[in-house]
Amino acid sequence: MLDQNSPLRPKSGAADNESVIKLAVLAVGGQGGGVLADWITDVAERNGYVAQSTSVAGVAQRTGATIYYIEMARDTGRLPIFALSPSQGDVDILIAAELMEAGRAIIRGFVTPDRTTLITSSHRIAAVSEKIEPGDGRASSSKVHATAEAASKRFIAFDMEKIAADNGSMISASLLGALAGSDALPFTRESYEQAVSAGGRGVKASLAAFGAAFDRARGAAAAPSPKPAEPAIVESALSAGRVSGPQNLLQGWQALAARIDLMPIAVRDMALRGLRKVVDYQDIAYGRDYLDRLDKAVAMDSAGHGHALSIAAAKHLANAMCYDDMIRVADLKTRSTRDRRVRKEVGVKDGSVLQVTEYFHPRIEEFCGTLPAGLGSYIENRPKLAGFLDRRINRGRRIRTDSFVGFAALWFIGGLRRWRRRLLRHEVEMAHMERWYSLALSHVPQDYALAVEILNCRRLIKGYSDTHARAQSKFDRVLSALDLLKGRPDAADWIRRLREAALKDEKGDMLDGALKTVATLGSSPVT
Amino acid sequence: MAERSFAKEVEKLRLGAGEEFAGEGILAITKALLQCGVGYVGGYQGAPISHLMDVLADAQDILGELGVHFEASASEATATAMLAASVHYPIRGAATFKSTVGTNVASDALANLASGGVTGGALIIVGEDYGEGSSIMQERSHAFAMKSQVWLLDPRPNLPSIVKAVEDGFELSEISNTPVMLQVRIRCCHVHGHFIAKDNKRPPMTVADALDAPRRDTGRIVLPPASFLHEKEKVQKRWPAAVDFIAKNKINEFFGSDHGSVGIVMQGGMYNSVIRALQRLGLADTYGETDVPLYVLNAVYPLIHDEFLAFCEGKQSVLVVEEGQPNYIEQAFAAMLHKAGRGTRLVGKEHLPMAGEYTGQVMLDGIGAFLRAEAPHLLPGEVRAPNKVGNGVDTADLINVVPGRPPGFCIGCPERPIFAATKLVEQELGKHHIASDIGCHLFSIMPPFELGATTMGYGLGPASASAFNSPDAKRRSISFVGDGGFWHNGLTSSIGNAVFNKNDGVIVIVDNFYSAATGGQDILSSRAGNKTKSTKHPITEAVKGMGVKWLRHVDRTYDVGKMQDTLREALTTEEKGPKVIVASSECMLNRQRREKPLVDKAIKGGERVVKPKFGVDEDICTGDHACMRLSGCPSLSVKSLDDPLRDDPVASIDQNCVGCGNCGEVADAAVLCPSFYRADVVHNPGRWDRFLQSARRTVISLMQRRRESRRLTFADA
Repeated sequence: MLDQNSPLRPKSGAADNESVIKLAVLAVGGQGGGVLADWITDVAERNGYVAQSTSVAGVAQRTGATIYYIEMARDTGRLPIFALSPSQGDVDILIAAELMEAGRAIIRGFVTPDRTTLITSSHRIAAVSEKIEPGDGRASSSKVHATAEAASKRFIAFDMEKIAADNGSMISASLLGALAGSDALPFTRESYEQAVSAGGRGVKASLAAFGAAFDRARGAAAAPSPKPAEPAIVESALSAGRVSGPQNLLQGWQALAARIDLMPIAVRDMALRGLRKVVDYQDIAYGRDYLDRLDKAVAMDSAGHGHALSIAAAKHLANAMCYDDMIRVADLKTRSTRDRRVRKEVGVKDGSVLQVTEYFHPRIEEFCGTLPAGLGSYIENRPKLAGFLDRRINRGRRIRTDSFVGFAALWFIGGLRRWRRRLLRHEVEMAHMERWYSLALSHVPQDYALAVEILNCRRLIKGYSDTHARAQSKFDRVLSALDLLKGRPDAADWIRRLREAALKDEKGDMLDGALKTVATLGSSPVT
Repeated sequence: MAERSFAKEVEKLRLGAGEEFAGEGILAITKALLQCGVGYVGGYQGAPISHLMDVLADAQDILGELGVHFEASASEATATAMLAASVHYPIRGAATFKSTVGTNVASDALANLASGGVTGGALIIVGEDYGEGSSIMQERSHAFAMKSQVWLLDPRPNLPSIVKAVEDGFELSEISNTPVMLQVRIRCCHVHGHFIAKDNKRPPMTVADALDAPRRDTGRIVLPPASFLHEKEKVQKRWPAAVDFIAKNKINEFFGSDHGSVGIVMQGGMYNSVIRALQRLGLADTYGETDVPLYVLNAVYPLIHDEFLAFCEGKQSVLVVEEGQPNYIEQAFAAMLHKAGRGTRLVGKEHLPMAGEYTGQVMLDGIGAFLRAEAPHLLPGEVRAPNKVGNGVDTADLINVVPGRPPGFCIGCPERPIFAATKLVEQELGKHHIASDIGCHLFSIMPPFELGATTMGYGLGPASASAFNSPDAKRRSISFVGDGGFWHNGLTSSIGNAVFNKNDGVIVIVDNFYSAATGGQDILSSRAGNKTKSTKHPITEAVKGMGVKWLRHVDRTYDVGKMQDTLREALTTEEKGPKVIVASSECMLNRQRREKPLVDKAIKGGERVVKPKFGVDEDICTGDHACMRLSGCPSLSVKSLDDPLRDDPVASIDQNCVGCGNCGEVADAAVLCPSFYRADVVHNPGRWDRFLQSARRTVISLMQRRRESRRLTFADA
């Protein structure tokens, strides 16, 4: 590859040889990259420049990565020869409307340290491939940030989407503001604002977003990006977090919180979060059960391992005890806090009326789970009866929780909470939890790390109905490798790898592949 | 009505002599047609020429004043067949479409038109969709020009040049009695620039005039013996006339120095990229002044023998810059040099890649390599021996990080639930052979749906499944075709064929009321009224008319359950013959464009309006993302919770949600989870709305308070 950074050799007789400014915009279809390109072209022309913009429109615009390209030169009366697409190593300003698009620009060679000002919004729009993983499939933003710093001459990054939204505008306006604020083009702020005003639509909001981004870019040019704050360590659970409720329950809560204060400092934050979740889910007694279970792990733990076992236990015990049943869903959906959150998210203004429809699809399994254990298993053990009932239950139900009837139905189901301990689902879940927890703790003496990884496998269990069944199957498949792995020095590492493989795809194909590899490791422990 | 309104652009078509036109390349071509006194225009939409069609569709008044007939043709074949009006009558006509897909469809008409030849100028404007951002197979229009012997213009990519090419094209066509193709690449169509306009011209003879005085000439009709004479005429009369016109009128251009040991020949469309490479090599200035001799082929077919040999005179070697393959131009030039016994070395694809777009880097590398090999003395020292290579930043790591972002279904797209239902049916009944078609629905082949094995052409989805019709098979094939493809070719080639051959497969016709992928143009089955076109012809009626017996109409695709049931029935019914499902819901992009201003106005005006939006209860969502594996909607995404107890990000719906309903329907049909809710905001509620709400909220908050007073409540930490 030929590298070209040499300045143009002026041709004889071409005294007015103007240099060309090259600017590319990388955006996601639907972000308004075309509007931005039009504005920039307009600004250039207002400042006595000749400008040319091009794009690849068409079907590529439907939510895919798109690119707009602008070249400009001072107008001397002669028409410069402009290129129609950006070239590697030959771009002065690169504007990315999303962080990964900035990454794509770097990969494509449009950002070079000798000349490119890289202006990018730091927000993310997850690509489909990132969203469909059962685990966390999102790309690493920090890698893009780090490479962008090194690959560009100047790097300006902040959340321009948020600035746009806060000002009721589109990201094209805040991107233009950032460009103006960066001073990468020799144009005045006023000329940008004139171009926006000439557009005619949503001018006020656009100018507000433009201005906010302009100021931010001016500041951002100097200030480094802030680092995320470290999670606070809880000094005392008794003072942390706000709790309200009747006096007797508050006293019970204080007693439980006092127990957390006896735990090692490193464990307290997670234990307190777990305890809140569990008590919120059921009651004070359930919180006591949680702490009793957690104490077992804490007793076996030591500071030498950084209390990893206790922290993992605090986290996953809470999740296991707060299994997702109909009661919990109904409870959460009928709380006043939920009502407020929905109103805020949807943006209901005073004077408007909100109607909320919930989507439920109960099956015989959920129905039986909510029956007393004896009755529930009686039905489950009779396939004909279960089938008969399922035909009556198993269908989609849309429930209006803003209406009396709909709300009351869910409120009633939420109220079954106090009988939860006697219901079939609870029995099943608790048995499963106990097996998993004691299995994990049983490995602590021989292999501490393995015990922690077994606890972490609880992450696999999530979802409702079929999804939940699939998750259970993945959980079982990962732990099925234990017999082959235990005793190996890398057993913990393998369980972690298996778990990560299980989170990669829906059916667990990657997991099955990894399990085959495990099977070839041989059953004899490596010494 | 198209996705964009071109009311502003239409006004530009009225510019008179001396006024400056500023705008897109494709609109400049549209204006040039009117300046040339065109009598009729037809075409089929598709990037990059959709805007030409859309502007003319919005410019009926101007066209009417000028007596110009405009048609949104049923297909590219129709558009090209329309040029038959220029066979006997001295009327200038133009047809336009996307190439090479459109040229493929048009080639039957093109070959017939080219055989008999034309009297009036016939111009075919092809939008060459090649290289980055292209959505079609990578081929060249050049081959069509060669096989039918029609002339191919490939002007330099700036507005004055392409406007001139339109003018030249008509004249060339008339002088040589041959249709002319004008090729414009995708970026040239979308380039923003300026040119000085001329007055529009009323055609000297309009189509109305022609109808009043019909003419015929058996000698122009493609049937023996005339067809044999046509072939001779092509090479003996029309070709020399074309060569003569191109040479005399200096259609091809020379730049740079008159002498030099090396030179570069290029397609006109490559000119700007060649200059950019020379600029970066230090051999050209901003305005394209260079010492390197350049020969720019604004006409790439036919090639001008004498012009080329004169250019090679005294040159040691010449580089041919010809994008795409096969390298017809290079081969032709090599043969000319060889036959003339010249010693000039001809190089091309040695230095430039055989296949793929000639991007800036490719051009820089190729021309750089050519000059270093053939004329190193021209190059400045730092180019001959650069101090450093590459930009010094390792991006290898980043390649594994940055996710691909192919195009996909828009927010609220009515096609999404169709494929969600298909995926669910496949989970029940197993995998099927699925044939796809051209259109937005082809995004089904991408994650998260990954449905569809082949695509064989517009309207040919069901046709491409026609081999899969066996009495021994236990499963049926499923094929998709859009409404655009259905009316383009699908009715006969796919549906008719399936009926006639008793195909047992399932055919899904995706009906979104527009030719959506090309920009939302109206078609026969569009449900909107259209002043100049006849719409509202139901697809179901056409299908019945073709003889289909098993026909189901799902008139709301968002009903995933119904869609799923209908597909299941089609795949399992005992009935023989094609099973056709017409799945109809309006393209959301167009619907929003149509409805949003109305809704906003209604809300402002105090009318009662219900606006839906979906949401996710983040404490109920478990972060498995099963919903996204059945959606891929841009507004349904993942977000991290500020909660160390939770490892995986949960689903979240952003403000762009249009409340299409797919999320709730899918959660229900696939029995996913109860985290979704639909929030309907009633703007400007009536008295009854308000009364009901206040009564409900009073009771509900009483119940909430009662329960919450008996439990602990944790404020967000």
